Amino acid sequence: MALKIVKGSIDRMFDKNLQDLVRGIRNHKEDEAKYISTCIDEIKQELKQDNIAVKANAVCKLTYLQMLGYDVSWAAFNIVEVMSSSKFTYKRIGYLAASQCFHESTDVIMLTTNQIRKDLSSPNQYDTGVALTGLSCFVTPDLARDLANDIMTLMSHTKPYIRKKAVLIMYKVFLKYPESLRPAFPRLKEKLEDPDPGVQSAAVNVICELARRNPKNYLSLAPLFFKLMTSSTNNWVLIKIIKLFGALTPLEPRLGKKLIEPLTNLIHSTSAMSLLYECVNTVIAVLISLSSGMPNHSASIQLCVQKLRILIEDSDQNLKYLGLLAMSKILKTHPKSVQSHKDLILQCLDDKDESIRLRALDLLYGMVSKKNLMEIVKKLMLHVDKAEGTTYRDELLTKIIDICSQSNYQYITNFEWYISILVELTRLEGTRHGHLIASQMLDVAIRVKAIRVFAVAQMATLLDNAHLMTGNVQRKGICEVLYAAAWICGEFSEHLENPTQTLEAMLRPKVATLPGHIQAVYVQNAAKLFATVLKSQEGNTDSTAAQETSQLMIERLPLFVQSANLEVQERASCILQLVKYIQKLQQKDVEVAEEVIALFDGELNPVAPKAQKKVPVPEGLDLDAWINEPPSESESEDDQPKAIFAKEETKHSRTRHTEVDEKELAKRREVRKQEQANNPFYIKASPSSQKVYQEAPGVEHIPVVQIDLSVPLKVPGLPMSDQYVKLEEERRQKERVEKKKKDKKKRKEKGGGRRKKRDSGPESEEDITPAHMVDIVTEEMPENALPSDDDDKDPNDPHKALDIDLDKPLADSEKLPVRSHRAAEALKSPAEDGEAEAAASLEPKKKSSKEKREKKKDKEKDRKKSKDDKKKKKHRRVEKGEDLLGGQADGPVAQSEETSEAAAPPAANTAEVSDLDFWLSNAPVPPNTQEAATLAEAAPAHETASGTAPDSEPDDEPKDTEPEETDKKSSKHKKKKQKKEKEDKEKKKKKKHHHHHHHSDGGGEESVQNGTMEEEEPLPPMSNYCLLAESSYIKMMIEDTNQENDIQGNLQDGSQVVVSVIFENKCDSFLKSMEFNVLDSLNSKLQRPEGSGPHDGLTVPFQLPPGVSNEARFVFTVQSIVMPQKLKGTLTFIVKNEDSSTHEKLDFKLHFTCSSYLITTPCYSDAFAKLLESGDLKCSSVRLEGVSQPFHHLLARICFHHHFSVVERVDSCASMYSRSIQGHHVCLLVKTSGQTVSIDAKCDEPTLLGNVLDEIKQTFSQC
Amino acid sequence: MIKAILIFNNHGKPRLIRFYQYFPHVFLQTEDMQQQIIRETFHLVSKRDDNVCNFLEGGSLIGGSDYKLIYRHYATLYFVFCVDSSESELGILDLIQVFVETLDKCFENVCELDLIFHMDKVHYILQEVVMGGMVLETNMNEIVAQVEVQNRLEKSEGGFSAAPARAVSAVKNMNLPEIPRNINIGDINIKVPSLSPF
Repeated sequence: MALKIVKGSIDRMFDKNLQDLVRGIRNHKEDEAKYISTCIDEIKQELKQDNIAVKANAVCKLTYLQMLGYDVSWAAFNIVEVMSSSKFTYKRIGYLAASQCFHESTDVIMLTTNQIRKDLSSPNQYDTGVALTGLSCFVTPDLARDLANDIMTLMSHTKPYIRKKAVLIMYKVFLKYPESLRPAFPRLKEKLEDPDPGVQSAAVNVICELARRNPKNYLSLAPLFFKLMTSSTNNWVLIKIIKLFGALTPLEPRLGKKLIEPLTNLIHSTSAMSLLYECVNTVIAVLISLSSGMPNHSASIQLCVQKLRILIEDSDQNLKYLGLLAMSKILKTHPKSVQSHKDLILQCLDDKDESIRLRALDLLYGMVSKKNLMEIVKKLMLHVDKAEGTTYRDELLTKIIDICSQSNYQYITNFEWYISILVELTRLEGTRHGHLIASQMLDVAIRVKAIRVFAVAQMATLLDNAHLMTGNVQRKGICEVLYAAAWICGEFSEHLENPTQTLEAMLRPKVATLPGHIQAVYVQNAAKLFATVLKSQEGNTDSTAAQETSQLMIERLPLFVQSANLEVQERASCILQLVKYIQKLQQKDVEVAEEVIALFDGELNPVAPKAQKKVPVPEGLDLDAWINEPPSESESEDDQPKAIFAKEETKHSRTRHTEVDEKELAKRREVRKQEQANNPFYIKASPSSQKVYQEAPGVEHIPVVQIDLSVPLKVPGLPMSDQYVKLEEERRQKERVEKKKKDKKKRKEKGGGRRKKRDSGPESEEDITPAHMVDIVTEEMPENALPSDDDDKDPNDPHKALDIDLDKPLADSEKLPVRSHRAAEALKSPAEDGEAEAAASLEPKKKSSKEKREKKKDKEKDRKKSKDDKKKKKHRRVEKGEDLLGGQADGPVAQSEETSEAAAPPAANTAEVSDLDFWLSNAPVPPNTQEAATLAEAAPAHETASGTAPDSEPDDEPKDTEPEETDKKSSKHKKKKQKKEKEDKEKKKKKKHHHHHHHSDGGGEESVQNGTMEEEEPLPPMSNYCLLAESSYIKMMIEDTNQENDIQGNLQDGSQVVVSVIFENKCDSFLKSMEFNVLDSLNSKLQRPEGSGPHDGLTVPFQLPPGVSNEARFVFTVQSIVMPQKLKGTLTFIVKNEDSSTHEKLDFKLHFTCSSYLITTPCYSDAFAKLLESGDLKCSSVRLEGVSQPFHHLLARICFHHHFSVVERVDSCASMYSRSIQGHHVCLLVKTSGQTVSIDAKCDEPTLLGNVLDEIKQTFSQC
Repeated sequence: MIKAILIFNNHGKPRLIRFYQYFPHVFLQTEDMQQQIIRETFHLVSKRDDNVCNFLEGGSLIGGSDYKLIYRHYATLYFVFCVDSSESELGILDLIQVFVETLDKCFENVCELDLIFHMDKVHYILQEVVMGGMVLETNMNEIVAQVEVQNRLEKSEGGFSAAPARAVSAVKNMNLPEIPRNINIGDINIKVPSLSPF
């Protein structure tokens, strides 16, 4: 015993690992919970230790316990600790645990951002992989925003393993942070053509997932996917693409036409069932989209149906299931072609597999016609009897009702049959759908006037035999039917054969065991019945019968008066008193029947279920405004028995308005309508209870008619619907014979020249006339009902946010947040911030709407080129106007780039749209093999493309757009590759361009906002990219506006400057192993990774293929910022040719100006005034002569190049403010008169001020 | 999208659960909700014969007509994938097959016990097949290769499960009867100083 203790404690000493835990749990089957709770205690101890191995072990065990259903959220912080371990082994455990138990509301997630970022950039690809996998499970909007940029860079990682994970996770990032979609999309698109099949497949996966929800935004990718479809051999990718096309075709029928041929080929050629099935599915989608326009695809339909038949006949249950599933899609548009396979589908109803039976049921729904409805339902009824599981039987029941009631009982020719079916269904045991049957009974009885006599008779039988339904507990659900039965008997009591008997049935003591709401209906309708009975009995000479009836009521009603249900009690006591009064009158021999009947007088019309919603809101009515002060407590209690209340209320009012005069009535009606409109609960009543009585004017007598029913169907439990089937068939037969006779007569009259086909062929739909004139009362709709159908999209759907136009060129404001920006944002004063944001949001909106309009037009009239041309010019102007806000060229290189880029986006954009149109309109008939198809297509496409290009594109950009067009068509690989790279370059340039816009908009845009409202003259473009060094191999450009100081608190010591350098490969060789090195000065140092020496170079984290440019960032630490700095540096790299490689180097000089230490910081004018008054600032001034620029240009330049912001501007005088990264305030007062500009400046650091002023002077001397 | 992957045995005991979607519930904790889903799914799946189709309309909890349960039954284990309509049904069936074959390769004749005792490893393998609800890799060789590289990486770091297990088994194998019987450990709380130098 003691030994066991020893062993136990030693065990504990050395921690159980996962296996021990599992083993322990298995050995403690009886007291598992207790054992686990001790284990959790141990784990808690282990987590308290410092050793990471112990912690990781504990976390691993927790993951297991989480699976068993134990809450482990208390260990969330420990999980984060394990995640941050430097060892892969532990990190993996941590991330696994996090992915299992973190979710959006886990608060420690916000602690993980930096850790994840670190892991993402880890040199070990598996660290990165593990982080990506984990992140994919618990990414939150915050994480997505902060890490989007890091993940995007990983999409171009050298290892395909990382690339594919990064691509996949982007989908999750988009979902959580929709703003990232547009900036990231170009790169995602690139990945569609990644050399690695895994990455390609991931990209297809993501785009398909995106496009499924918002297909219209991805139409422009159709040509690319088409190419992939015809070239890929990966079935996974093919399936995804084909599924995607299925989603796209409804939007673009021309695409469908193009698809049919290759898809048919695939159907014929593939051996993979999964692929075949998806092809068939998409062909079906295409056919659906074409069904209106192109009737001539019967061959394809036949092929699909035929293939599906093969699937359905297959012994594999899976294929059978899918075959039926796809069949139901065809059914919607081509019911005829499916109907011929009725035998097969009915056969599936007998399948032992429930899923298959359900699918077959779905199909039946669409296959019924007037002719076969009875037959099909008969078959289903047989199944109902046979079915053992309640779920399946319930499903059958709802299907029968669905099939019969679809499109307003379109297929029912004999309602007597239908009622008898419904009555038969009430014999089902344990169904949940009693209310469904009940509402059908009500609906039919109300809307089909001709059937009322029959329905009432049937319902009376039901009421008579109510004990069968209330008898045992299992039948609870079905007693709902009695609700309908009682109501129908009461409302249409004039049709009752023996009302007294029914009345008695309704007042049996057993009724008191029914649910309250049914009892209430019983009581109310007993009163109606009573009125009818009275009427019939008073007609006779014998008045005792009438008195007996009253006596019956008086005897039975007290039972209900005692009911626990408020509703029942109230009605019963009310009616009891009424009857007592009537009895008194009867004893005095007064005729009361007429008056009693008047209580329940009126015609009833059905109201459409949506009617309430469609009532237009009258002008000037604000539904949200309070009419009175908000009530202190909700009134919802009153409305609990909604269904009955809504109805009965109106009934009561009916009893009243016999006495009330018309005007008062109308007034009250108005008031009630208002009340109902404002009562949120009113609408919620189920559709069956929404039937509102239409007030009949005055007292209209309803004659009591004695009806002798010919159909003796009093015995319940007899399958009577069969008789109706027979009757119906006989009737039809008779009709047919009659028709034939008529035809013969006609023919005889006409001389019988033609043979009628009707004789031999099966009877067609129209031949079957309904048994009796069925008047299906249409549902009432309010006047001026709004025709619009409600948009049923879920507002919470995360995909709604991803409905983003992707063809639009990227705007300045759209950039993934990089860490540095957040620091800069923090410096902004709130008011300015808001303004800037407003301005930024205004800009793209305007643009996008304009563009959308244009695109639409483009599509509509893609042939009218002259108009197009004009539009494009307009378009370009818009584009330019926007561009001007941002930048002005410094060097000639930048200038040329600038202009070309300003023109490129719109051109490319329209090119893309018309490109798709072109690709679609030019749908050639592809030859037999797919390969040849693309080739053949490419050649003419190219020709026409060059032919039309000058017309459709602005003349000055033919070079740019044409290659793009041809690129898409061309199937020659080499050529394409080259061009792709060219495109790449374009894209990258563009990106950087936007990037710099982004930095400048703090200054540039604001100055416009504050200073140049009235001036219309546009600002010249500006750029602060300047050439750093250039050789025949490489060009380095620098952008130095990008500073950050991480924490405002320690401005003094932690000042950093980030320098972005763009490397552009100018030669035809591959550039690799680039090292960037700078000779540190005392003041400024290049930040190098830990462990490297002070003279080591930094490796540039990428290689450059020919013609490609990329950007790298380097961080410098700066001690003092008051003086400008010049740093010497060298770039070494290897030029690799096919045969040789050489080392090369390039020297450069980095120039840190004092302006580059300034941060654009907005400032309020009062704060500015205080600052000037404080007296801490030293003064200095400078005069510039011969400046011919407009004043607002001048301000914009200062803002842009020297990072100032305008505080205030009055005419030709402006105050400006900026702040250095070390917190120095710099204030300027700029005045202009003629060509002279004087700048008075104040700063707390005179040296800095002097240098800044010198730099400003230089800026203006250059131009 | 794959919404969830559930593996449980013929008695409904979970062997691996992997939810790619958070199923919040008003009253229930995440874990309880997950267990409910497992129970419901087991209830739906277990009563089906082996020779019926492998697709099932989603249960009420996992919700919606867009969802489908696609499952395979291997000996004592059910592998259930809950997917929406963007996935190909037959494709997912193939994927389950790929996953199971991968398990078979990695564990050498996989059986339920492997899944019971090495839930973490099964997770790591699954992570190479499906990521965040989307299919990451379908090529078995590639999956196995990546799993193996990571296992080697773990080994090179000294291994995780190896160290404590070795120690424990060493203690367990000590000849306990030789330890003097009269040592009274009683309430002395033995604190483990540090286990790092394993």
